Amino acid sequence: MNSGAKRWLLVAVAAAMAVSYFSAQFNRYYLGIAIDIGINIILAVSLNLINGHTGQFSLGHAGFMAVGGYTAAKFTLELQTISPPWAQPLLFLVALLLGGLLAAVAGLAVGVPTLRLRGDYLAIVTLGFGEIIRVFFQTTEAFGAATGLTGIPHWTTFAWAWSFAALTVFVVGCLVSSTYGRGFIAVHDDEVAAGAMGINPVRYKVTAFVIGAFFAGIAGGLYAHHKQFLSPGGFDFMKSIDIVVMVILGGMGRTAGVIVAAVLLTLLPEVLRGFADSRMIIYSLLIIVLMIARPQGLFTFGRKAAGKA
Amino acid sequence: MTEVFQQLINGLALGAIYGLIALGYTMVYGVLRFINFAHGDVFMLGAFAGYYFAPLVNRFLPAQSYFGGALVLVLAMVVCALIGMLIEFLAYRPLRNRPKLTVLITAIGVSLFIEYTCQHAAVFGAAPRKFPDLIPATTWHIGGLVIASSQVIVLVTTLILLIALRFIVQKTKVGTAMRAVSFNEQAAVLMGVNINRIISFTFGLGSALAAAGGILYAMNYSSIEPLMGVQTGLKAFVAAVVGGIGNLPGAALGGLILGIVETFAGGIPGLSNYRDGIAFAILILILLFRPSGLLGKPQVEKV
Repeated sequence: MNSGAKRWLLVAVAAAMAVSYFSAQFNRYYLGIAIDIGINIILAVSLNLINGHTGQFSLGHAGFMAVGGYTAAKFTLELQTISPPWAQPLLFLVALLLGGLLAAVAGLAVGVPTLRLRGDYLAIVTLGFGEIIRVFFQTTEAFGAATGLTGIPHWTTFAWAWSFAALTVFVVGCLVSSTYGRGFIAVHDDEVAAGAMGINPVRYKVTAFVIGAFFAGIAGGLYAHHKQFLSPGGFDFMKSIDIVVMVILGGMGRTAGVIVAAVLLTLLPEVLRGFADSRMIIYSLLIIVLMIARPQGLFTFGRKAAGKA
Repeated sequence: MTEVFQQLINGLALGAIYGLIALGYTMVYGVLRFINFAHGDVFMLGAFAGYYFAPLVNRFLPAQSYFGGALVLVLAMVVCALIGMLIEFLAYRPLRNRPKLTVLITAIGVSLFIEYTCQHAAVFGAAPRKFPDLIPATTWHIGGLVIASSQVIVLVTTLILLIALRFIVQKTKVGTAMRAVSFNEQAAVLMGVNINRIISFTFGLGSALAAAGGILYAMNYSSIEPLMGVQTGLKAFVAAVVGGIGNLPGAALGGLILGIVETFAGGIPGLSNYRDGIAFAILILILLFRPSGLLGKPQVEKV
């Protein structure tokens, strides 16, 4: 399976680059949405590792995204003037990885003390951490405080966004289907039983958190260089909820379903643009009805029943 | 020194409101073991109910009278109690035996639904509104201290409501049933307790307290808007956890602590920007060092 997956990854990256090569031909509005979709796939698939496969409930994904986004943006803003133009892709790559790494460090800092908690406690603490991260950026002058960062170069192309989306799907997919990764699912299914089988639940939970946060950080960097503007308000509680809904809609722990949900939920606001007022009402009703009628997700069929918390 | 006492009074008034909301979180957690995310929005609806009832009450009672204010408060509490019971009936009852996470996500959905519906132009609209003065606004100067009549009203009302709540929970039959359900649901059913009625009653009681909190908050800060319940609700939840979730005196204590700490932090120049982050920092510290809260009993996990 592994070599097959690797081949798919290469094909996806090549396809993304090919499409990106012709991107000048496309309508800029549609291209922008396509990049949004790529970024949202990264966010949803990485959160799915934490919330779906490992069964922890994190409401702080936007916080990790903010860490990655601000780090990457600050890095390029500081260095773009002194670096030669040919080094730009390299600079961008380093910025993204740096953002991802710092987000992973934040994930570790959040994960180690809090993952002893379960279910709704964990949800509220991750929410709290997300808010603290947001307040930090909102009050730090170096990150533009409440006005945010502006003038970030527009470096995120279709190729960048979708290559990283493919990479995220690849890494999470391989990780979960590896021998090591079975541990995530074991922790999800029954923490006590997993512990009795010699799996250290805390270790797996922290691993899931750190990897999830890393990709959220990358997505944040891509987002920053796509919108060219970052404000702390964009990373509030609502953003985390958006990502959580993608995971739920797709079915917790179902990568394919989560990707479809990320695509649909990115397109939905654009389609409903005419009903801007009632858009969010429909969205919230969708969550309630979905939870009552189909808690296992829209695109989940057969095999595994809805996971228990 | 006067400044310290002044901040203490301001903090107590804010803390009393947090405490009232926190009681709702704690009671619902006690019987259903989940966080009712929509509780902060019931708090907001309480304030708006007061906003719409005030002119109605003024038709036959003089404006800005203590009696009229009390009537507005009671009406808003009744309306919100009904709304709380309705939310439970429509959204949470179908999910009674589902995984906790499903209910939690539904609660987030309900919360978003209330917020966005209320922001819609046809309902309340997103713009902040000025809350009418329900009681004669006077300020007393004692020494160097400035005490507003609304602050006194907040403390007095909270005290009355807490005594009433304590009476309901400890002395009445329905209160005994509530404690029984919270202690052991299955055993309570075997003793003939009607679970659905008790849960419905708990939601009603908690929502009424949140409505009272909403009106008291609006009297003190005079501006209301559909998203006012988000931050306040989260902080009240933090207060409930700090005091020990499921523990009624704990919720009131947690509210007071949070209100006072936040007000003092707001008065310190370097910290005032971080005011909104402080509640969460307290939450994390408490969960790390005393996960069952200040007054909660540690629970032993059984397999």
